[in-house]
Amino acid sequence: MKQGRIVLDQQARRVTPLADGKLLLDNGNPLADTPQWLAPTTGTVYGVALNHRSLLEQLEADFQQPPYQKAPATPVLFIKPRNTHAGHNSTIALPTQAGKVFAGGALGVVIGQVASKVAEDQALDLIAGYTVVNEISLEETSFYRPAVKAKCRDGFCPMGPWLVDAAAIDPLNVEIRSYLNGELAETNHSRDWLRSVPQLIAALSQFMTLQPGDVIIPATPLRQLEIRPGDTVAVEIDGIGRLENHLIAEESAQ
Amino acid sequence: MKHARIRLPGEAEIHAVLVNADHSVQLADGRRFAEHAVEWLPPAEGTVFALGLNYADHAAELAFKAPTEPLVFLKSPATLTGHRQVSVRPDNLLYMHYECELVVIIGKTAKNVSREQAMDYVAGYSVCNDYAVRDYLENYYRPNLRVKNRDTLTPIGPWWVDRDDVANPASLALRTWVNGELRQQGNTRDMVFDIPYLIAYLSSFMTLSPGDMIATGTPEGLADVVPGDEVIVEVEGVGRLVNHIVSEAQYTASHAQTV
Repeated sequence: MKQGRIVLDQQARRVTPLADGKLLLDNGNPLADTPQWLAPTTGTVYGVALNHRSLLEQLEADFQQPPYQKAPATPVLFIKPRNTHAGHNSTIALPTQAGKVFAGGALGVVIGQVASKVAEDQALDLIAGYTVVNEISLEETSFYRPAVKAKCRDGFCPMGPWLVDAAAIDPLNVEIRSYLNGELAETNHSRDWLRSVPQLIAALSQFMTLQPGDVIIPATPLRQLEIRPGDTVAVEIDGIGRLENHLIAEESAQ
Repeated sequence: MKHARIRLPGEAEIHAVLVNADHSVQLADGRRFAEHAVEWLPPAEGTVFALGLNYADHAAELAFKAPTEPLVFLKSPATLTGHRQVSVRPDNLLYMHYECELVVIIGKTAKNVSREQAMDYVAGYSVCNDYAVRDYLENYYRPNLRVKNRDTLTPIGPWWVDRDDVANPASLALRTWVNGELRQQGNTRDMVFDIPYLIAYLSSFMTLSPGDMIATGTPEGLADVVPGDEVIVEVEGVGRLVNHIVSEAQYTASHAQTV
């Protein structure tokens, strides 16, 4: 089953898809207009950095040098706060004076139950479902300090359109495709992730309790897909959906 | 005025309350309960920002130069707890320390706010104890979430006080007592980046919203705390936040009783 969230008359409402491509509102009525999508969940969004082989291979030598000294021993985590959350089809304003901006096509793992100190072999049972995420970031030049300025800008974490049930995909064998202006530009496959989704749920829940609606972004690839004002970026996962967003310059968003 | 969020014993509903001079709380329906009769929750809901190395003396204590740009990290609701709650010290540790901090509560949506206008966006102030487990520090997104975002390790509260009830937030004493002994002292005048600077800085690249909280960093005077310790952090004119350290086993046992 798929469900999404939209804004109607300034209220957040649940929708499900109809066979003809239209949407069914939570009150049983079909939706006539093109909806304004919200992110499909409102929980905390935790991202995992450096979990993609392409990144680690590139940085392996650096990690033996200051300021790192040694490779990370535990998952490298960050938070995408509420001002970054956005929906399908939303327009995202990019800074023009802060260097390059990159897309980060990714899976969103949505937690379904309160999860504390979960064993790896129990972890899949705690997943409510999945969504599509674009974990947008400025260039990642250093991993030493928290990347708040690079990752926490308004709209830098669009999600959706759908939250689909856990049975829809296999998180150990999933491919995420990113498109720039309609052309396939990048893929992110779970076989390239150093820690799997169950391993990440186990590791995170060892020290913080995950709540229903929380999201884990297991991995983004090496930042190569630069996005600019005027572009349309889409992220697609078979069985989940296609998340599309339009980019404008920050100055023109005022 | 002082504002808090509380729960009554055995009830799920969260109440926004006003706090009286004797620390009793006043519900919207007029009922009044003593400080010890309620469960204190974090006083606001929003994104939580915290500052590292924002007092020059503390930076020196940790052998760091004070940063040239604010060292900001984020916290999630998972780590927050309220006044008179417990915080868990993980087993087999060398060093877990408290950090007494002034917290700024945002009152209005803020984007591209100037330093001069920044105080207009402040609703008020609270207090937090931004515990850190130093054993778990790694040099990636430091301070990493395993150090700073653990269950129960960010008590905040007991309440927030209105901005206009604090005459000068840039001159407030910070104090921490462990088992009644004064262990940490400082003053908000020694912040490297002051409140207007932090609001201008954050709002230059992201929108702040009502309920967002900025924990503004801690001065020198850190020390290890262990299960059984009572830790009190206080910001002059804002509040005094009481917290007790428990072991993992004690926490699991007390949780098993209440769930």
